[in-house]
Amino acid sequence: MESTVPLSHYLVLSTTLFVIGVLGVLVRRNAIVVFMCIEIMLNAVNISLIAFDRYMNLHTGQVFSFMVMCVAAAEVSVGLAIIISIFRNKPTVNLDEFNIMKW
Amino acid sequence: MELLIFYPIGTLCVFLALGVVLNKSPIGSAMCLIGMMLGLAAVFAIQHAHFIAILQVIIYAGAIMVLFMFVIMLLNLKGDDTVWKTREGNTLLTGLGAVLVVGILYKMTEITGGGEFDSPTPIQETFGTTVKVGTTLFTDFVLPFEVASILLLAAMIGAVVLAKSKMDD
Repeated sequence: MESTVPLSHYLVLSTTLFVIGVLGVLVRRNAIVVFMCIEIMLNAVNISLIAFDRYMNLHTGQVFSFMVMCVAAAEVSVGLAIIISIFRNKPTVNLDEFNIMKW
Repeated sequence: MELLIFYPIGTLCVFLALGVVLNKSPIGSAMCLIGMMLGLAAVFAIQHAHFIAILQVIIYAGAIMVLFMFVIMLLNLKGDDTVWKTREGNTLLTGLGAVLVVGILYKMTEITGGGEFDSPTPIQETFGTTVKVGTTLFTDFVLPFEVASILLLAAMIGAVVLAKSKMDD
């Protein structure tokens, strides 16, 4: 039998990337970088979906990660449009200064 | 073979992801993110998910990152990207993040040590081909597929409306 990477190592890679993404969202305050960190998290989830898909020998995981990609594309396009329209009112992407929704 | 590809690329992906978080300029972050996504495409490819690997390159590393680059260059951020700033007064958030990291590291060592996932199902010859993925997508998952198309249409219209220069015309 050929040596393959065990499933748990894929899961370790997935969790590591997810934690890095979460920390980025918590720590950075440039809105665009925060969006990139959300992308890292979505990609990390895709890794574990694909790894389980390979492990179970189904194709459901691949379809799910396809759906994740669709949602990511939609989220990025709308999110960046929101950032642009906020930037038009207030020339910054610093998240601490986005407080017009606060009451 | 799989081992030889996975471990260097996995390590590289982790470092590139750290680069996204730690980089001072958004352009540098975006470059690191493109590298990470290409690495992940390789990770998908060694797991026989060839279709998803290609989609990763085209959609993520291509379309989404081009959109990021456009926005970064369009916004022309002066001063915002010269210093690396954490958010002010977020000790609570940092504490929560630290708890998350410690918890996940603990769980990770537990899973890796346990070895409960050791024998994967033997792989079929046709596993991961576009034919198989497409068959699954168009038989069991037709409704989610159609919903995804509506979602993308709504996102496209929403992005155009939001990014329009004047809201009232």
